Amino acid sequence: MKIDRRSFLGLGLGAAAGVAASPVTWKLTDDLSIWTQNWPWTPVPRDGEVTYDDTVCSLCPGNCGISVRKIAGRAVKIEGRSGYPVNDGGVCLHGISALQYLYDPSRVQAPMVRKGDSWKTVTWEEAITLVAEKTKTLRESGKADAVACITDNNRGTISGLCKRFLMAVGSQNFYTMDTMDKSWEMLISKIHGLNASAGFDIANSDYVLSFGTGFIEGWGSPVSNFIANSSRKERHAKLVQVEYRLSSTAAAADQWIPAKPGTEADLALAICSVMINDNLYDKGCVKKFGKEFDVFAKLVTEKYAPELVTRTTGIDASKIRSIAADFAKAKAPLAIAGRGKGDSAGSLMEFAAVHALNCLSGNINKKGGFWTIAKDEPLTWPSLEMDDVATKGYAKATIGENSSVSKLFEAVNSSENGSPVEMLMVCNANPCYNLHNAKGVQEAVKKIPFVVNISSYMDDTANLADVILPAHMFLEMSQDLYTSSGTTQRVTSLSKPIASPIFDTKHPGEAVIMIAKALEGSIASSFPWETYDECLESVTGEMWSTLSEEGFIDSGSQASEVSAMDFSLFASFKGFTMPEGDKKNYPLTLVQVDHMRLASGTFASSPFAVKTVSDSILKDSDSLVEINPETADQVGVSDGDIAFIETPVGKARVKVNLFDGIMPGVIAMTEGLGHFAGDNHYIGGKGVNVNELIGPVTDPDSGLDAAWGIRARLSRA
Amino acid sequence: MTQDNHGKAHKYGMVIDLDKCTGCGSCMVACMSENNVPFKENETDKKDSITWMKVFKLTNGKPFPDIDTCYLPRPCMHCGGKGDHGHSPCISVCPATATDYGYDTGIVSQIYTRCFGCRYCMGACPYHARYFNWWDPKWPDGMEEYLSPDVSPRMRGVVEKCSFCYHRYQEARDRAYHEERRDHIEEGEYQTACTQACPAGAITFGDLNNPEHEVYKLVKPDPHNCGRPREPKAFRLLERLQTNPKVYYISEREWVRKAGDNYRKGEWGKEIKVSHGKGH
Repeated sequence: MKIDRRSFLGLGLGAAAGVAASPVTWKLTDDLSIWTQNWPWTPVPRDGEVTYDDTVCSLCPGNCGISVRKIAGRAVKIEGRSGYPVNDGGVCLHGISALQYLYDPSRVQAPMVRKGDSWKTVTWEEAITLVAEKTKTLRESGKADAVACITDNNRGTISGLCKRFLMAVGSQNFYTMDTMDKSWEMLISKIHGLNASAGFDIANSDYVLSFGTGFIEGWGSPVSNFIANSSRKERHAKLVQVEYRLSSTAAAADQWIPAKPGTEADLALAICSVMINDNLYDKGCVKKFGKEFDVFAKLVTEKYAPELVTRTTGIDASKIRSIAADFAKAKAPLAIAGRGKGDSAGSLMEFAAVHALNCLSGNINKKGGFWTIAKDEPLTWPSLEMDDVATKGYAKATIGENSSVSKLFEAVNSSENGSPVEMLMVCNANPCYNLHNAKGVQEAVKKIPFVVNISSYMDDTANLADVILPAHMFLEMSQDLYTSSGTTQRVTSLSKPIASPIFDTKHPGEAVIMIAKALEGSIASSFPWETYDECLESVTGEMWSTLSEEGFIDSGSQASEVSAMDFSLFASFKGFTMPEGDKKNYPLTLVQVDHMRLASGTFASSPFAVKTVSDSILKDSDSLVEINPETADQVGVSDGDIAFIETPVGKARVKVNLFDGIMPGVIAMTEGLGHFAGDNHYIGGKGVNVNELIGPVTDPDSGLDAAWGIRARLSRA
Repeated sequence: MTQDNHGKAHKYGMVIDLDKCTGCGSCMVACMSENNVPFKENETDKKDSITWMKVFKLTNGKPFPDIDTCYLPRPCMHCGGKGDHGHSPCISVCPATATDYGYDTGIVSQIYTRCFGCRYCMGACPYHARYFNWWDPKWPDGMEEYLSPDVSPRMRGVVEKCSFCYHRYQEARDRAYHEERRDHIEEGEYQTACTQACPAGAITFGDLNNPEHEVYKLVKPDPHNCGRPREPKAFRLLERLQTNPKVYYISEREWVRKAGDNYRKGEWGKEIKVSHGKGH
């Protein structure tokens, strides 16, 4: 048969039509897609019965109620716990990611002891013996007070056990990380003479004047603040944000007041001066409780008149007057302070200036106002036995002045004949990352002869330790938690283990008990419990039955009555905390900013959280520095450039991110990056830890580190 | 199929109040956790970073201090397509019928085992809501433990996207059927993971065909105009493309509403005529 052009085309078309009409093509594509997807390594999650277990999250001080969805007993998802007093069903991204913290293979899986530059896995018994021996030797040589301990907070049985251990050993050197809560408590004691913590009734206030607080960036109890922020529209409440940068809070606010950084106190006092001179304050309240109010009135009138403050703050006098009028007019005005997430202590004078507004408005311990909440010790500890060594050691002063943890490391670094701290115990804290001048802190830790770290993760501090006692993560253990930061509500809760320990870890409290027991004598007898759970049940006393049955106790808001307002304080203030460095060499101001999606506390962010972070904060392994386009022009950098940032404390490679929301002359870097690399490839080693660029600045009024920024220069690489 | 829903099929949709959204990222993580979305060591190349729910940051483009910003969460819009007949941009181009329109729910499905990775749908989607698996997912050792059996993990070479947590719909439907309520699903029974997680309460989810549901009350979709919002503060993204999304946004801020579409000079504020094809 001769194939001519005609029959060739005919046959071709016929074949094409035949194939198109038959299901062959579709069958083949379907088979092909199925075949190419049958990879044995694609996991097939096991199915089973669905159950829910309730517990409380302790990744941040907010302590939200969470509900863990389990399938055949396996934890698969974390959701918010409906009806829980703090968060009522809402949950933040870090809480949802808690299972990534639980199953993380880069956790410290067994006790480890340093051997030169490497780690050796040991048994719990060996590790505990080693720590006990070291403590014993120090005590025998009369150096009990050379033992120091750092924990993340001062609440609950875990830090209670650490503190008790230190007392029994004979040392006052117990430190917690400095936060805004410390500054507020100090201020309340100075102004009102009360032993109380601060409460902010944001959800009921109709005018919140916030001085740089990252009210929706993780300040206080994050989820409860999100809820309060959402109801603002319906409540006809206003939020006014004073901040040098358009943060998420500033963008959400009804009014944004971009005052120059470091002038927040001036602005607050200028508002006070308007309120006083225009008779906009609660005279009854001030007359009844105020001490040396006249002196304060004279001070603010002379030094902080709006016209004078305009120059320092960059805010028009007319605007200051209108804020004062609005604040005074509001039914329940509330002024709040504590920069960003409130992770650092901040300047006491700034807090006082802001709080003066609350005092003038008279809205204290009232609905929608500022609360002074009674600080009762909720736990009942049995009596403590201290032998002669302990008594002698405990009589000695702390190594870090004012119990400031920054001062502790400064003392170690400045000592010429060996470190005054010979044994450091760190529990649930990461000072080598979180403290200002983090590099300096790391140097100090290296100088300390023996460092014990009770931690779940190989973080910046654990990496420099001599012994790591691996701790359960919160989903594997019981503990008592106390919600207090930011809110007026005080909730005591009990977290419960929802998963069996995955690795060879122990409860941090149990680790402390084990060390004490190994030391025998008076120390061992001060820890009469066999296990941590036994200790928890006994020291929580009357609370135990409710806690174990209901899971939490909502004590609401119990105010300590205010009977004094000591305005004389203002005359004695030594001053604001300004950033370190000279303007000539360092023309810019570097500030650290907080971001809800990056954890900046003890724990590094989870892979899920890092994934949500914008590429204007982290790109590949570079941190981005935020700069106003105008300033970028002056400096000679453009968007996406690689640049070097230099401060009096450190130098780092960064990438430039132009952002119109930041004040000209100010540059910002986000906290929560630049963690120790280790085996965690999702957050470790990415970006720059801004705490390595900013040094601590001691607040002359509180003795705590109040740095919020530093002078800096930026140059194109 | 029996419908106990005012005689109409469901039309599930979402309303997001942008004035309440704080950009916290809970929705993104709740979604990833619920739907076994994988993660890589470096997720900073956002083009290949799989985020069914993605929160964008908008700016009004003004210099300091007049600048304003706003967060905008973007799930799959579950478009009804021109005329709201179910011809969404992605469904129209899929050669494998791997993505399809659920006429009973209004949900645009994605069937991973049918997808052979041609990515036409990604090109067709005006919202960049679809993502391609360039690599096989890899969980760190032991982390597979938290994977949920309700959503099958995907593999290299397929496209994935937000399903409005369809498995939660299936579960609610099964329960309703088991309890002899036929197809009557209560509003609270079927909620997406992002809606449930949002601590700000910015996301509302429900049946846009049901006047009792919160989503309906918030935007008052116009049934004669393909569900266009009658509420003046509400808008949909790229309305004039006539994709008819089921995700609505609310904002008091005019510049935010304006950012939802492209407007020529003088066009904003006027009724823009778009032909919606023939009705039902």
